[in-house]
Amino acid sequence: MNKKVNTKALFENIVHGIFLILGLITVGGVLLITIYLIISGIPAIKEIGLFDFLFGQKWASTAAEPSFGILPFILTSIYGTAGAIVIGVPVGFFTAVYLAKIAPKKVKVVVESAVSLLAGIPSVVYGLVGMYVLVPGIRVLFNIPDGASLLAAIVVLSVMILPSIINVSLTSLEAVPSEYEDASLALGATPIETYFKVSVPAAKSGIAAAVVLGVGRAIGEAMAVMMVSGNAANMPSLFQSVRFLTTAVASEMSYSSGLQRQALFSIALVLFVFIMLINATLNFLLKRDKER
Amino acid sequence: MLNKRISGKRKLYISSMKFVMGICAALTCALVIFLIIYVLYKGLPHVTWKLLSTSPSYLSKSVGILPDILNTVYIVIATIIIALPLGVGTAIYLTEYAQNERIVTIIEYAAETLSGIPSIIYGLVGMLFFCQFLSMKTSLMAGALTLVIMNLPTIMRTTQESLKTVPQSYREGTFGLGAGKWRTIRTVVLPSCVDGIITGCILSIGRIVGESAALLFTAGFAHVVNNIIDGLGSAGATLTVALYVYAKEQGDFEVAFAIAAILMILTLIINSIATLAGKYFEKRRSI
Repeated sequence: MNKKVNTKALFENIVHGIFLILGLITVGGVLLITIYLIISGIPAIKEIGLFDFLFGQKWASTAAEPSFGILPFILTSIYGTAGAIVIGVPVGFFTAVYLAKIAPKKVKVVVESAVSLLAGIPSVVYGLVGMYVLVPGIRVLFNIPDGASLLAAIVVLSVMILPSIINVSLTSLEAVPSEYEDASLALGATPIETYFKVSVPAAKSGIAAAVVLGVGRAIGEAMAVMMVSGNAANMPSLFQSVRFLTTAVASEMSYSSGLQRQALFSIALVLFVFIMLINATLNFLLKRDKER
Repeated sequence: MLNKRISGKRKLYISSMKFVMGICAALTCALVIFLIIYVLYKGLPHVTWKLLSTSPSYLSKSVGILPDILNTVYIVIATIIIALPLGVGTAIYLTEYAQNERIVTIIEYAAETLSGIPSIIYGLVGMLFFCQFLSMKTSLMAGALTLVIMNLPTIMRTTQESLKTVPQSYREGTFGLGAGKWRTIRTVVLPSCVDGIITGCILSIGRIVGESAALLFTAGFAHVVNNIIDGLGSAGATLTVALYVYAKEQGDFEVAFAIAAILMILTLIINSIATLAGKYFEKRRSI
């Protein structure tokens, strides 16, 4: 009898152990990515010098006297993301308020499925449509030699971050207790005033989280941006061909070697640091939204 | 009567807010409709049986995407087969076994971090670790393993959500009948969280089909028809990577749009399956 109980306990312990190992694989994945990026990203930074690497204005990796300054990429990523946020956030925000508070149920279902479709479209398809419609459009509209520019990337990114912004804001707006709104209505505010002056401020952490998530999506996007931004290592300017942090890694990786290759890993490390900071902000905001 | 008591300024505020909201919602919908119609209009005429059923050939100068379709299918199958037990196992550990708060926090934080990392970084680390360190070379398997790490959080989260809705009384019932923990999980808990597992799978399939940046350096560009075993061991382009190559590097927009149309239809199908499955499970649960 006792023996049977023992084997059973042993068996349960083994199963427990197996599940623990499965659970730890996720942690292993994060560690793997972090460690690999640090190990492969540090050498080039050491050789080039942190300051020269981050603030050097010239990237000429294949020149006779190569220079590895990634300031153009960093600034392009920042400007591109900021531009996408400036266009995408208002559109997403107002759509979310409409869906959460005003839309009739049937309209809401249709728009919500449209938004989830927008989230599901592969980024290369965005890139393709951008290449074929947006880039020539910008060239004609602004009368510049090549439409592949920062502006084209900003427009594509702002469409691509819409679903994240709408979904996260929507969840947070829907979670606002109806007592808040009822109180405001009872005091004589109209429904629209209530939504914007009571519901939105109450959901502000969630909406902030939506914006931060949008920033993360925009800064990490590679393929769509690579197809529309022209990919020349210029300092950012709205109508010029530019290169982002993500596209800098992607565009040279296939033929790189030596210090150039190591420098690409360092770019990825810089991108990773940005993403980690954004993630930390996002987690903080989402936690605050939940606590409310 | 009521309207008269509202000042002109407030009326203006209300109507302008309504106007802006209407415009934004309409813009979002218009974008989706435009994208679908445009891609299908440009792409569908070029989707021919010949395109779907042949490999690209330099001799006859014809382009076929059969290898890319097969590669996509292989990579979806391989990724799901590996990611499913890992994701479900993690979810089970977190909701059924873990007693140590700290481990739970660490694993959940790791999953959140993973879902925020951009796919280009996955591609890079996948190349370094799977292709070089484990010397798998550029192969579909290396791509699939990279995507496994990427999709773990999705499957884990949906399973976890659904595990949380399994009533505690079910577990107590089986414990009371003398079943051990593993037996309880296998016979009672797992069957009642099938919906979460399936939802996670559908979401992951959508993500895998649409992924490109993570596969560029891990799975490569080749267009050769293989069976699944040889296919996983050799390099190959999925539909998305093929689209990128045809559009950006070869300037063949006819084929690129044809692939885009196929991807668009796949996205539509996967999204509707996800919606239908969600509705079905909700209905079943409420009974």
